[in-house]
Parts: sequence; C-alpha cells; structure tokens
Amino acid sequence: MSEKQFKIVAETGIHARPATLLVQTASRFDSEIHLEYKGKKVNLKSIMGVMSLGVGQGADITISAEGNDANDALNSLEETLKKEGLAE
Amino acid sequence: MTFLQGIAASNGIAIAKAYRLVEPDLSFESRTIDDAAAEVDRFRKAIEKSKTELEAIRDRAKVDLGADKAAIFEAHLLVLSDPELNSPIEDKIQSDKVNAESALKETADMFIMMFEQMDNEYMKERAADIRDVTKRVLAHLLGVQLVNPSMIAEEVIIVAEDLTPSDTAQLNRQFVLGFTTNIGGRTSHSAIMARSMEIPAVVGTKAATEEINNGDLVIVDGLKGEVHINPTPELVEQYRKIHNEYEVQKAEWAKLVNEPTVTNDDHHVELVANIGTPKDLKGVIENGGEGVGLYRTEFLYMGRDQLPTEEEQFESYKAVLEGLNGKPVVVRTLDIGGDKELPYLDLPKEMNPFLGFRAIRLCLEEQGIFRTQLRALLRASSYGNLKIMFPMIATLDEFRAAKTILEEEKQKLLAEGQKVAEGIELGIMVEIPSTAVLADQFAKEVDFFSIGTNDLIQYTMAADRMNQRVSYLYQPYSPSILRLVKMVIDAAHAQGKWTGMCGEMAGDETAIPVLIGLGLDEFSMSATSILKARSQIRNLKKSDMEKLAQEVLNMQTTDQVIEAVNAATK
Repeated sequence: MSEKQFKIVAETGIHARPATLLVQTASRFDSEIHLEYKGKKVNLKSIMGVMSLGVGQGADITISAEGNDANDALNSLEETLKKEGLAE
Repeated sequence: MTFLQGIAASNGIAIAKAYRLVEPDLSFESRTIDDAAAEVDRFRKAIEKSKTELEAIRDRAKVDLGADKAAIFEAHLLVLSDPELNSPIEDKIQSDKVNAESALKETADMFIMMFEQMDNEYMKERAADIRDVTKRVLAHLLGVQLVNPSMIAEEVIIVAEDLTPSDTAQLNRQFVLGFTTNIGGRTSHSAIMARSMEIPAVVGTKAATEEINNGDLVIVDGLKGEVHINPTPELVEQYRKIHNEYEVQKAEWAKLVNEPTVTNDDHHVELVANIGTPKDLKGVIENGGEGVGLYRTEFLYMGRDQLPTEEEQFESYKAVLEGLNGKPVVVRTLDIGGDKELPYLDLPKEMNPFLGFRAIRLCLEEQGIFRTQLRALLRASSYGNLKIMFPMIATLDEFRAAKTILEEEKQKLLAEGQKVAEGIELGIMVEIPSTAVLADQFAKEVDFFSIGTNDLIQYTMAADRMNQRVSYLYQPYSPSILRLVKMVIDAAHAQGKWTGMCGEMAGDETAIPVLIGLGLDEFSMSATSILKARSQIRNLKKSDMEKLAQEVLNMQTTDQVIEAVNAATK
C-alpha cells in the first residue's frame, strides 16, 4: 500500500467541483483508494463519502492506494490536487 | 374535443402538441422477491438508463447554460456511480430479498438524513442532490417518465398546475409556443413570465392537467382565455386565421416603434417596460419602450441557494443601464416575502404573508442584504439614467430610514473613491392605501411615485389576489381605486413631481383612457403591451379623457365605469 499526505490550501476546501474532479480521477484506476481525514477513512471513488468528510481549508489529509496501479493513481491524484490549487 | 375557459394572461394564439410538466406518481409498494439476481440486474439497468438520461441533460445544459451550470449534473452522475450508495442497495436486495425500489429508498434516505444533519449549509443542500438522483432512478424502476423540460426539442404547449420561476428558467424558449396552467391570474408569476417571453398563455383553467394528455393537440387562445383540446380541423383552420390576423395587427403596431406616445391633442406620456432580468432588454427595445419603469430585482435572488454578491448585482444593473443607453431605468429594491420566497433566508412561515414581513420591512431589518443591493446600484448609477424606488412603503418614517441608509452607503462609496451619479431620483411604490391617502405629504420628500396597482387593489379591497374565490374583488376600474390613483397623481403634480404606474392596470385597454384623463405621466407595462397602448393613446384626445375621468370618479360601480369608458372611446 502506498500513501501520501497533503495540506488543503483552497479556501473552499474539498467542495462540489474539486470533489467531483478527485472522484472522477480516482475512478479511473483499479486500485482501492481511500481518503483519510481526522481519523475517518472513506472510499475516494465515492462522491458522497468524500463530501461527508467536509474537508475544509488547512486540513491535513492522507490518500492511500492499494492495487496494481496504486502508484499511478497517487501520482494522478496529486497532479489533480495541485493543478486545481487545492493542496500543496 | 374539449374546451376549457381560463384567464387570458398573455396575448396571441398558439397551436401545438401538449407537454405536461407534471411530476409523475412515484409511489410504490415494498415487497419481498424470489429472484435476487434478477432484481439486482433490474436495479443496474435503471442506473444505466438514468446515467444515459443525465448525460444528455448535462450536454444540453453545457450548450444552453454553460459549463458552470452543467457542473451540478456532473455531480449527479457521480452519485449514480457511487459504490457507497450502490453496494449497500445491492446487498440489501440480496440479503433482505426486498424489491429494488424499497432498497433504493431506504439506503438513499439514510444518506439524505446524514447530509441534512450536518451543520454546514452547503452539505445540507447536498441532500437535495441525492433526492433528485434517487427520484430519477426510481422513475426508471417504475417505468414512468420524469419531466425534463430542458430536453424539449419540438414545438410544444406546456401544461402545468402552475409554473415556478425555476420551471420557467429551464424552458427552452425556442420550442415553447405557449402555456396553460390550472391556477393563477393575470398577475401571477406564470402570467408575467409568459408576457416577458412573448408567448400566449391561459392561466387559471382549473383542470388543464386533468383534461390534457401528453401529445394532445392544443389551441391556447391568449386573447380570449380559451383552451381547446384536440380541436376539429375546422376550428384549427379558424384559429390559424385569427393568428394571422393578429400577426397583421402586430405588424401594424410595429410601425409605431420609433413614434412618440402623444394623444391627438399633443399631450405626451411615457410608455416604459417592466423587466425582471437584463435578458428582457431585447424585448423593451424591439417594442419601442421609452425606458424601464419597473426593474424587479427579485429575480437576481431567486432560483439559487445564496444571496447574490454585490459584484453580481452590479454587473446586472450596469448591463440594464448601459443597454438602455441613457433612457430612464427605475429599479425597485428587493421585494421579497408575500408570494415570493427565498428558501435560503429561512424566514418563518406567516399567517398573512402579504400583510407580513416583506419588501422594505425586511430590508430595513436585514440591513446587510439591503446595503449590498444599494451599493451595487450606486456603483452602477454612473452607467446610465438610474432611478431607485422602495417597495411597500407605508409610512414616511420608512422612506426616511431607507433614504438615510442609501445616503450612508453613497458617502462610503465616495470615500472609497468610487464613482456615483449625482442627483439620482428617489421614489416609492404606492401600493398601500395609507400611502395613497397621505400622498400629499410624501410628495414633499420623494422625487416620484409609482403606483403598484396589483397590490394597491388587493389591499384596498382586502382581497387576497392569489385566492380564486375572492378574485371578483380584483376591480381595477372601481371608482374607489380610481379616486386613490387621482389623489396620488394630484399630490405629485402639486409638488412638481411625476407619477407612474407599474401594475397590470397601466397596460389595460379600458384603464388607459381614464389614466390619461387623470394625468398619469408614465405607464409601465409588459414590453409586449407597449405598441398596442401607443396605438390606442395616439387616437385619444386628452381633453375628452379629462371629462371622462371626472365622470367616472363619481360613479358607483365598476360596471358603470366600464360602460362609460366604452361609450367614450368607441
């Protein structure tokens, strides 16, 4: 299993559009992908799971992936987070 | 062939197939099933069909409304493929042996409750997304068709119980030839929308949704307020003729687009338009409007989930002012409450909303909302000829308080180095009898009056205009109403001020001769009524109308007034 940590810098946190983009990106991979915030872990392929976390500005999140394309998945998600100015 | 009598809400004739904008019945029974695998399969198929449908709606929205507005459907699509929603449903079907409908409902309800309980407003609203998506899947499971007004792709007549602002916003103007509703009157939202869309409408038919099926051929006669369902070929032919004659008449009126509005003894009045959004400007210009007499700013606040920002409002006001190129634009500040609600303000329900916490009453209390709007208006003021009016003023104190707030915001803007026009005229709506009665005192402090007859009549007659059973009391030609109108006009003129009218009455064929006689200065109406009114006024003689006005003020009943007007103008 590989994982990466991020700090959310976007003012809106992970709301509507950003959440949509992350879930869309995660869904392209076979690996099991999870998002962890404040000790709660949700399926990153689930829009409702991601939204239910209510990730706001300044949040420290962990994304983990397990499967044959885990590394590619993490890299793509990192790219999405940075391109959208969500995290650093 | 069936016939329905309703209220003519918007002129013209439309002939097309019916499209029912009616929510289908989504009720179902929970039951146990034998073949779980087949049931899961049925559920998956419903999901797939919903996806295909939503993708089409999304693509359509991208073209019609822009990627921004289409994003919501993107989110809905993700909900449809959400494993955290779908797996529990499939598990439930397999382990509990229940039908897909109840497994879906139970699981979705759990998520809806979870989101509704979050303390973040934004999250709470996500519950509505899940509800929306669930409804679509449920409809496919039950084999019924949800209404998708944005997907209409052929010419239709919309049939509905009533039309809400969000319904009408979704309608594709290219394909909607007319509409007919069960409820409503000439001043209801659906009627106002029809006139601004320039399509014929008949409202208040009581039974349109019961009598008309999808695909029925329907004639909407917006001139007489009649709806004909599956008419004979002869009747269709007859109506095509009426339609053509009406078009010829309209072409005749169109010649007056650039002509002044003067009576045949050379008295000039202004014919201006009521608008709701910058989109309506096209109609104002095409119909020869001499300005805008009522810009209803509520639409900026409706059909969304939060207040519009100062910047958004500024852009809209600026667009209208620039679009009219120096012609006067009377903007009415926020008139919310009554029949117009804003869900996100979360105002308590009232017993008598029309007599309650609305319009200026709300603005003077919720000053943040009011100040944001005034700032946006003041900033836009240097882009054209802006006049501001406050709605629902009942006392001079209210007017003074509103004026003080406006002045404070103006000083703040000037201190920030922003540009604000000099000498913006400040007026009030006269729609409460107390204000009409005290108009002589108001006239010393305001720059103008605009008589809002829809409300003035309901308050004077004490008759709710949304209540069909007392609709006979909506009597614009009653001598009592005409006397109030006269008081207001005379009071303004005594102080060298002007009076306009922005209710339905201002564009009414029977009222216009009397209003000319009473000396009304400005008539504000649906853009589509302007040319007809101009044609009528150009054939009237002011001195004759003054005599007529004098006469009708001393009559006893509405019928006598109508008779006298008909006799004087035939």
